[in-house]
Amino acid sequence: MTASLFALVDCNNFYASCERLFRPDLQGKPIVVLSNNDGCVVARSLEAKQLGIKMAVPVYQVMDLIRAHNIAVFSSNYALYADISNRVMSTLEQMVPRVEVYSIDEAFLDLSRLDKCQDIAELATEIRQRIQQWIGISVCVGIGPSKTLAKLANYAAKKYPMTQGVVDLRTTERQRRLMALTPIDEVWGIGRKIAQRLKLMGIHTALQLADTPPKLIRDSFSVIVERTVHELNGIACNDIQQVVATKQQIVSSRSFGERITQFTAMQQAINDYTCRACEKLRAEGQLARTLSVFIRTSYFTEHQPKYSQVLTGNLAYPSDDTRDFIALAQRLLSRLWRDGYAYAKAGVMLGDFYAPGVFQLGLFDEVKPQPKSKELMKLLDSVNHSGKAKIQFAGQGLNADWCMKRGQLSPRYTTQWTHIPTVK
Amino acid sequence: MRIQTQYPLFSSSVAAGFPSPAHDYVEQSLDLNELCIKHPTATFFVKVQGDSMVDAGISSGDILVVDRSLQAAHGDIVVAAVDGEFTVKQLQLRPVVQLIPRNPAFRAITIHHDSELNLFGVVTCVVKKLK
Repeated sequence: MTASLFALVDCNNFYASCERLFRPDLQGKPIVVLSNNDGCVVARSLEAKQLGIKMAVPVYQVMDLIRAHNIAVFSSNYALYADISNRVMSTLEQMVPRVEVYSIDEAFLDLSRLDKCQDIAELATEIRQRIQQWIGISVCVGIGPSKTLAKLANYAAKKYPMTQGVVDLRTTERQRRLMALTPIDEVWGIGRKIAQRLKLMGIHTALQLADTPPKLIRDSFSVIVERTVHELNGIACNDIQQVVATKQQIVSSRSFGERITQFTAMQQAINDYTCRACEKLRAEGQLARTLSVFIRTSYFTEHQPKYSQVLTGNLAYPSDDTRDFIALAQRLLSRLWRDGYAYAKAGVMLGDFYAPGVFQLGLFDEVKPQPKSKELMKLLDSVNHSGKAKIQFAGQGLNADWCMKRGQLSPRYTTQWTHIPTVK
Repeated sequence: MRIQTQYPLFSSSVAAGFPSPAHDYVEQSLDLNELCIKHPTATFFVKVQGDSMVDAGISSGDILVVDRSLQAAHGDIVVAAVDGEFTVKQLQLRPVVQLIPRNPAFRAITIHHDSELNLFGVVTCVVKKLK
């Protein structure tokens, strides 16, 4: 058996870098990107970080900084980020055989066996250069014998500019030197609560955790944290995941652009979320039997009446037919709804999943699945995915004040002909 | 971002009216992407505004196919960032580095230091719509 070897490739300040790609005037200027509804800062360029803008801070708290330093502000442009991410991931797939897309801006690469025929450090530098040149996004590469060490190497590549964006942790000596410098909070898989408890046990650095007997960690925490100890010692416990585990639930929810006070507007919003959730359900080839609807007022406005409630209902049979779930969602909503509140957020969740063909209808069940459901939903999805037209349920509404607020949205430079950049 | 239209190429002409054995000889579909795009993940489209490149056959309103994976060479048509704006010009590397317009009414842009040359990519195709 050959030893495992992994790399983690992580894009630097990904959303901010995407926004800058087609805005040469923003070279070297601070940029922030805002969350859904322009509420909080979700991404910052290096310059914005240096100005002291913190992650997840509500935008109104840093308005003065934004004005004083003329920081460029963008709403989240998901179409752009997804396209650029896809280019990065495809480029990686052209360079190494096994790639696990870990998030929109990170991927694990399996380099096991590759080191027999290729200089790994050279490969890492080439990956970095190619993504910079081909796509215009800078990345850092961390290399290690386990995913946890690859992740740690990447953290170091980002933190220490002298590394030129590549850190290679193949030797035990280097692993131990870096781990001694790394606080426990920065170790992959160690959340805030576990970090706190580890510190109480006197474990403050990654190296101290690596040197703790695994059994002690398992007894005090869990098998998962024990695995982290093994991984820090270069024993790979996590392999590249090429098949995504089936989801146990699908959530579709969002904060409203403007508060909803009218029942019909809420009906439209809930119908729309239900349609989206069902579309996802069909894309995953699953059936669901339960649906939950929740609505709530804002947590943040004082002196206003607050209301937050969730209701769950069952279908008689597992389904992926949007019509079944819309009917159920509307029944639940009419029981949830209270007049006189300004609602800030709502959503639906599908649960109790079945693979198709597993569920047996009862002989005497009165409610039966709608005929031709499969064909109709297939047609619906194919039209909606074609990009040429949109079929929607009447209940989704046409005028949508409750839509996401994205006041600073940049053009969809790479996915719409009418949005492509101009050159003079 | 894909041009999806595909035209089947037949290797013989087809008589109308009855099923033709020629149908068995459909050899392939011609794909404009294949012709214009060598490196899809590194290819971007931009739209031209202005007349500085008319003598190179590039007019206002044309769409350019830009390949970032290519190393720009002397004489290539490139997209570069100058003063915070994208511009399309011909790259001259000898004797001095310049971005040359292909229209006598415009002036060349001289690049004094290599660090000032901020290339976005090399133009590989011009899409000109006539209708």
